[in-house]
Amino acid sequence: MNKVNQQLYLSSSPHIHSGETTASVMRAVLYSLVPACGVAVYFFGLSALAVLLIATLGCVATETVCQRLMGQPVTIADGSAAITGVLLALNLPPSCPWWLTLLGAVIAIAIGKQVYGGLGANPFNPALVARVVLLISFPVQMTTWSAPAPLGSGLDLVTTATPLGAWKNAVMLTGQLPESMQGGTVDYFLGNMPGCIGEVSALALLLGAGYLFYRRILTWHIPTAFIGTVVVLSGLFWMINPTKYPNPVFHLLTGGLVLGAFYMATDMVTTPVSTRGMLVFGVGCGLLTVLIRLFGGYPEGVSFAILLMNAATPLIDRYLRPRTFGALAGKG
Amino acid sequence: MKLKTFAGGIHPPDNKHWSSHLAIEDCPLPAELIVPLAQHIGAPSVPCVEVGQKVARGEEIGSAKGFVSVPVHAPTSGEVIAIENRPHPWGAILPAVVIRPDGEDRWSSTLQPVDPGELSPEEMVERVRQAGVVGMGGAAFPAHVKLSPPPEKKIQALILNGVECEPYLTADHRMMLEDPERILQGVALLQYVFGAERVVIGIEANKPDALALLKKMCADTPVEVLPLEVKYPQGAEKQLITAVTGREVPSGGLPMDIGVAVHNVSTAAAITDAVVHGRPLIERICTVTGPAIREPKNLRIRIGTPLSHLVAVCGGLAEEPGKIVLGGPMMGFTQLGFDVPATKGTSGLLLLRNADIALQPEGPCIRCARCVQACPIHLLPTTIAAYARHDLTAEAAEYCATDCIECGSCSYVCPAAIPLVQAIRYGKAAILAKKRNA
Repeated sequence: MNKVNQQLYLSSSPHIHSGETTASVMRAVLYSLVPACGVAVYFFGLSALAVLLIATLGCVATETVCQRLMGQPVTIADGSAAITGVLLALNLPPSCPWWLTLLGAVIAIAIGKQVYGGLGANPFNPALVARVVLLISFPVQMTTWSAPAPLGSGLDLVTTATPLGAWKNAVMLTGQLPESMQGGTVDYFLGNMPGCIGEVSALALLLGAGYLFYRRILTWHIPTAFIGTVVVLSGLFWMINPTKYPNPVFHLLTGGLVLGAFYMATDMVTTPVSTRGMLVFGVGCGLLTVLIRLFGGYPEGVSFAILLMNAATPLIDRYLRPRTFGALAGKG
Repeated sequence: MKLKTFAGGIHPPDNKHWSSHLAIEDCPLPAELIVPLAQHIGAPSVPCVEVGQKVARGEEIGSAKGFVSVPVHAPTSGEVIAIENRPHPWGAILPAVVIRPDGEDRWSSTLQPVDPGELSPEEMVERVRQAGVVGMGGAAFPAHVKLSPPPEKKIQALILNGVECEPYLTADHRMMLEDPERILQGVALLQYVFGAERVVIGIEANKPDALALLKKMCADTPVEVLPLEVKYPQGAEKQLITAVTGREVPSGGLPMDIGVAVHNVSTAAAITDAVVHGRPLIERICTVTGPAIREPKNLRIRIGTPLSHLVAVCGGLAEEPGKIVLGGPMMGFTQLGFDVPATKGTSGLLLLRNADIALQPEGPCIRCARCVQACPIHLLPTTIAAYARHDLTAEAAEYCATDCIECGSCSYVCPAAIPLVQAIRYGKAAILAKKRNA
């Protein structure tokens, strides 16, 4: 049986592959978001589920329509549009009206991704592009927050302010941190606070991120640099004036820092490829976040910080290349 | 203790279990031996026999031409039945001396053993050259060239490469287990030739039996036996040097620039044969393996044995092969068929099924940076590949494309299945062509 009947493949090496595909990477990211989605539905009920479904299906549908219109193969099976949808939903308030969610999905995929040429070509994180466009265009709907009403608690969703928003209002009105800002750490960690669908539970987000670390889809560089910078910088301000500036734990657990650092600022397409570049990217995100939170007009700065650093990514990639093996120090 | 290694690299399944436990067997002589006159980079040899001539085992049949060139020898006794173009593992059809064995396997009487103690380093190098010894790790670069560094490049450290980091291959592993004396004798000769102060045998930690055996045998000698982390491409010359010495071969330079010489353990054994016994390089160990072969084996084969014979000796095909690979799966060369011969650099014959090879369609780069993390030279493979594919040669050169060692780690990890190293190879060729024409 020395005769070969079928055709042989001729190619240059290597002849084997890891088996990891774009679709398998995207699937892993989707799995990792299950805990965060679960917690969101637990705290915010069916309205959160509706936002999740509308955003995800809206993104997949928009990708299909765009690619059909452009006469390109439809690539929704790679899962990237679905991830954008889920991430967009996690960045919206649970009371977000259906039409606004859908509009966000269309903006994310059509303007955030497909106009640049689709997967891999977009300079900005598509979900954040959509969130920021909605935030600026529909500030009322986008900042109407609900207090959590855990499933089975019999509570209805009632409108309230986010911890960061409440702090900013209080400081603007009185120049002082309100008394209520001192506690609540455990609730913040678990997600029992008002906020975007996905940003409330640090615990659920860390569970998912742990899975991505295990799968080697996430590296530590960006999240560590991002969160570390926020903690150090906000800690400095807190030490200078603890009656005006909240403590670093408050900064860490409220708002979108954990969601942003582990999921939005680690979007592969829009962040640097070298490890040094990733560290600079993370530090830049942290700096901008603290500056916007403490001195900007908006209570939350994570989205803007990441988008601004997205814009810097090509520059970072250009100037922070890894040192080539055997090259003299200081030379590329 | 943390094992020594380099930064970057990948962990493909090593698949050595197919053959690592199998003792080396002598491969029976085939009906005809096809000995290519070109078996390494540099000038091919020139035939010095005629059709119809009887030759003895070890007799020179092709003479070296130029410095980077070595002679080729008759792998057995028999008759030269043709000197003609035959399919060659490089994918071309190239001149070869075809020998029909007479079955006597009679050694040539011209080969004389000597006492190596009476030889000067220069005489040893000359015996190595005359014996046609090349690097046995796969690249098959003439060994005497690496043994003759210019006088200003003093070799302080001699590193023996027993890493065998290519998945599937177990030829060097079995050699270290079954023929350690021959290797260590060659190591001593190499140390004498270079006058090296430090001698290290580097072996990946997935070969604990070979590590233990060589450690025991080197216990009272200055030779260090160093276990290395199991990681591809640990056996690449530059990466091995970094793991052992902590130093980097300068970009564009050679190991001798930092006073290091690297030789494969099997090359050391061939040097023993050449210097001590006067025997030329006419056989080697070759691992015949892979999911498509019925009985994987480690075979001692004569140079020029057709692949079809190796397959037959190993019980034939178990399944339809999708790829015939000479060498390992990361850097080996695919073949059109089984009619090509094994050469001095054939460390393995690997038969892969369609299910084992990378066939997924290419997608867009998602900038996941896996290639950047995997690259042992710390390049940006995705960037260089994109430039190369757009014929932006100057840009590819600016991103150090010519430093690429073509280990294939980037292509292995790419989830979008982009042929990264393949594109970089293309870019490197374009850069070199531009330099030549400039």
